[in-house]
Amino acid sequence: MDKSLIRNFSIVAHIDHGKSTLADRILEQTKAVALRDMENQILDNMDLERERGITIKAHAVTLIYTAKDGKDYVFNLIDTPGHVDFNYEVSRSLAACEGAVLVVDASQGIEAQTLANTYLAVDAGLDILPVLNKIDLPSADPERVYREIEDIIGIPAEDAPQISAKTGVNIEEVMERIVTDIPAPSGDDDAPLQALIFDSFYDSYKGVIVYVRIKEGTVRPGDTIRMMAVGSEFSVVETGFLRATSLEPAEALYAGEVGYITASIKDVRQTQVGDTVTLANNPAAEPLAGYRKVQPMVFCGIYPADGAHYTDLRDALEKLQLNDASLTFEAETSIALGFGFRCGFLGLLHMEIIQERLEREYNLDLVTTAPSVIYQITVANGEEIMIDNPTNYPDPGTIVGAKEPITDAHIYAPSEFVGNIMELCQERRGVFKNMDYLDTDRVDIHYELPLNEIIYDFFDALKSRTRGYASFDYELVGYHDSKLVKLDIMIAGEIVDALSFIIHSDNAYPRARKMVEKLKENIPRQLFEIAIQACIGGKIIARETVKAVRKDVLAKCYGGDITRKKKLLEKQKEGKKRMRQIGSVEVPQEAFMSVLKLDE
Amino acid sequence: MPGIYIHAPFCDGKCPYCDFYSLPVSKERMDRYTDKITEQLLRYGERNLSAPTVYFGGGTPSLLGARRLDKILDAITKSFSLEDGAEITLEANPRTVDKAFFSAIHKSGFNRVSIGLQSGDEQELVLLQRRHTVQSAAEAVRNARAGGFENLSVDLMLALPGQTKETLGRSIDFAAGLDPQHVSAYILKIEGRTPFAARYRPENLPDEELSRELYLFMAEKLENLGYSQYEISNFAKKGYEGRHNLLYWHCEEYLGFGPSSHSFYEGRRFFYPADLKMFLDGTSLVSDGTGGEFEEYAMLALRLTEGLGRAVCAKRYAKGTELFDAVLENTKKCPSGLLRADSEHISLTKEGFAVSNAVIGTLLSSF
Repeated sequence: MDKSLIRNFSIVAHIDHGKSTLADRILEQTKAVALRDMENQILDNMDLERERGITIKAHAVTLIYTAKDGKDYVFNLIDTPGHVDFNYEVSRSLAACEGAVLVVDASQGIEAQTLANTYLAVDAGLDILPVLNKIDLPSADPERVYREIEDIIGIPAEDAPQISAKTGVNIEEVMERIVTDIPAPSGDDDAPLQALIFDSFYDSYKGVIVYVRIKEGTVRPGDTIRMMAVGSEFSVVETGFLRATSLEPAEALYAGEVGYITASIKDVRQTQVGDTVTLANNPAAEPLAGYRKVQPMVFCGIYPADGAHYTDLRDALEKLQLNDASLTFEAETSIALGFGFRCGFLGLLHMEIIQERLEREYNLDLVTTAPSVIYQITVANGEEIMIDNPTNYPDPGTIVGAKEPITDAHIYAPSEFVGNIMELCQERRGVFKNMDYLDTDRVDIHYELPLNEIIYDFFDALKSRTRGYASFDYELVGYHDSKLVKLDIMIAGEIVDALSFIIHSDNAYPRARKMVEKLKENIPRQLFEIAIQACIGGKIIARETVKAVRKDVLAKCYGGDITRKKKLLEKQKEGKKRMRQIGSVEVPQEAFMSVLKLDE
Repeated sequence: MPGIYIHAPFCDGKCPYCDFYSLPVSKERMDRYTDKITEQLLRYGERNLSAPTVYFGGGTPSLLGARRLDKILDAITKSFSLEDGAEITLEANPRTVDKAFFSAIHKSGFNRVSIGLQSGDEQELVLLQRRHTVQSAAEAVRNARAGGFENLSVDLMLALPGQTKETLGRSIDFAAGLDPQHVSAYILKIEGRTPFAARYRPENLPDEELSRELYLFMAEKLENLGYSQYEISNFAKKGYEGRHNLLYWHCEEYLGFGPSSHSFYEGRRFFYPADLKMFLDGTSLVSDGTGGEFEEYAMLALRLTEGLGRAVCAKRYAKGTELFDAVLENTKKCPSGLLRADSEHISLTKEGFAVSNAVIGTLLSSF
């Protein structure tokens, strides 16, 4: 295999700038897929992805391009997730490449993720090929945009191809520039094997299909490979290339190539993104740089609405995890909600996607508790505990310090919205760092924001205060001291564990009020008065009362017709089925859901 | 031994709070109705059933007139052997009854009359659009006595718009002053598609606290006047409890005839649809499932002051004792003052009756 004819590249862009459409066109141009088989954006092959117009899983495809010089080039296009939640996956996909095609919308210009992903590509040492897309739109302003690229990113862009991926204008120029501007890979076929895992996929017949970029060495069926970070060993069954709609077995994979390995691996957690694959009998001295164990950032509880479906939920989570090593979950119980799971996600989008998949693909009716983050609590003996669940909150008397995760956030928007944005960030306990002008009327506002303030509805609030124009990017930067408290809810004097919250003391009172009011609305009156109280460390800060029933309306029993009476009794019993007993009080499922549900 | 219930769906006006099935009076309709009902009753003849009670309700059964009532009652006595001293009741509206009428139906065999007074307050009667006055109501009762009836029952209504303890007290005094044997007192319930539903909003009606007060006041006052409370809404001098209605609350059998009449017989509940035309065309009965199982029995029994008894449960049901115990266990969930409970009996107090849905719901929640 002539390595000089290989081009390994990725396409990076802000959401909706045309990354996937360009990928489609490239597939078309290389006749990888017959036009009539083309369903738009074939690489985004999950329904959900197509619906939201986003790529969730990284995918890769090997294409053959016959260039103007008459030679056949091997293009390995590695498609990357665009969302900030999946930064690590993006960085590993980029590490598999030599170059990146940077797609910028010629009317919108540089936006949050354009920068984020470009910096990732630059950090990975890739050669960047800028491309201006959507040139067909009347608002396209290539002059302005290529200057932005030069000023902000610092790469020459004057002769960037100007294309329209949608209409197919100038796609060939991009392909030619990939040949000329993106370097070929290097690598020694005889060196000890170092293959970078950048993705994996569980198939029920072959087991895990591992997507690799061979940096050094060679791998073939029959070899015993070792995953250097995980430590496990497997016997290779098949190696080959990833074509657009199928796998193409090959007798070996060589340095510089992108392809797949199967080895009857049952568990996708054995094939971690970023890990190095080497040969057991001739291992590499060092793994490839950049491997990081996946860390969940955002947590929530997921419970089946009907306890009878607990095992269905567990099975569904296990199946999802087969193809998503970054999803974590462990069993937990709550008095309020029964048996369920505490789940960890890379971010809010990841969480939403998993929930939607559970509901849609597995037909589950779920109760989700509000998202939380990991807090760091220091107790009297100096020990630092990481708390991801309010029930593990230590006795307040023993707490000497508390920290919460903080992010560095950049918000990009037209300058007319600066006031609104700053107001929003102040509301969310943000600390202003600085503000840069991207051009005459767009700004980059830099704030430090606590992670728990942005994981729920910050993005929605930002969008609504900026009429949809703002975009937003954040990165966890560490833990800062914080005045945290644990808010408990008591019903008829008993603390209800599922409703406890760890929260910044500034937000405690408004949250407490909202919760007791919602509960009052949703707990039906009973034969005695019910006190609903919110408290911090035993001190009550908000209270509502559900009054006792004093007179109910009698259903008539005239002429021997007892149907109304019977119906009433039936209705009462149905209602009681959905009740949870909290001490002497019957609390319906709806009451918990109303307080804990994410979309109130 | 089923009680017999006849539903006569004829009224000469529609009270604005009523959602029972009824039609305007028409000779032709009432004739056809009488013929049809008679025909159905006579078919039972060959079954040789005996009946402990007969009850004519509706609508306003008195509007059928003495002649038709006689014909129907005659068919009943021919088809069922009525027990000695069987209670035979007719409901009457004060408007259209005179001494002659009462004499005639007394001769036919009726031995109890229930008269809808509703209120002793003139303004309240206007509001209820009863089309009779306090005086005409008193006269109707006198006429009934004069016509030979010794066993009389009157109806009162509670929680009317604007009602106070004073006006209610006066209504009760008025009713008791007529010396009936039995008083029924029902709380006004605003039903979906009635004029009252459109006319009155919650703020125009006595609130929960006042309704409760009125109910407890009424129960106590009637007790003081010699009427013992034996059911949530029913009071009687000793020995004069409404025997037909007790069949309902004791979960015993009854057969209903006429549109919208209900039956409970041989473990099954069924009814005629609320449609005269369908009834006249000979439509068949509609099944309403099975009845008489413990939960239903207990639900009805707990409406009575005598309540639920272990001995009776054991006699009626194979696992009667265990079932009773389960209800007894649930009494712990109720605050004190609403129940009387010991190892043999469970019953609701007056205060319990005021929140009977909630209490009975709690007692039967585990079934």
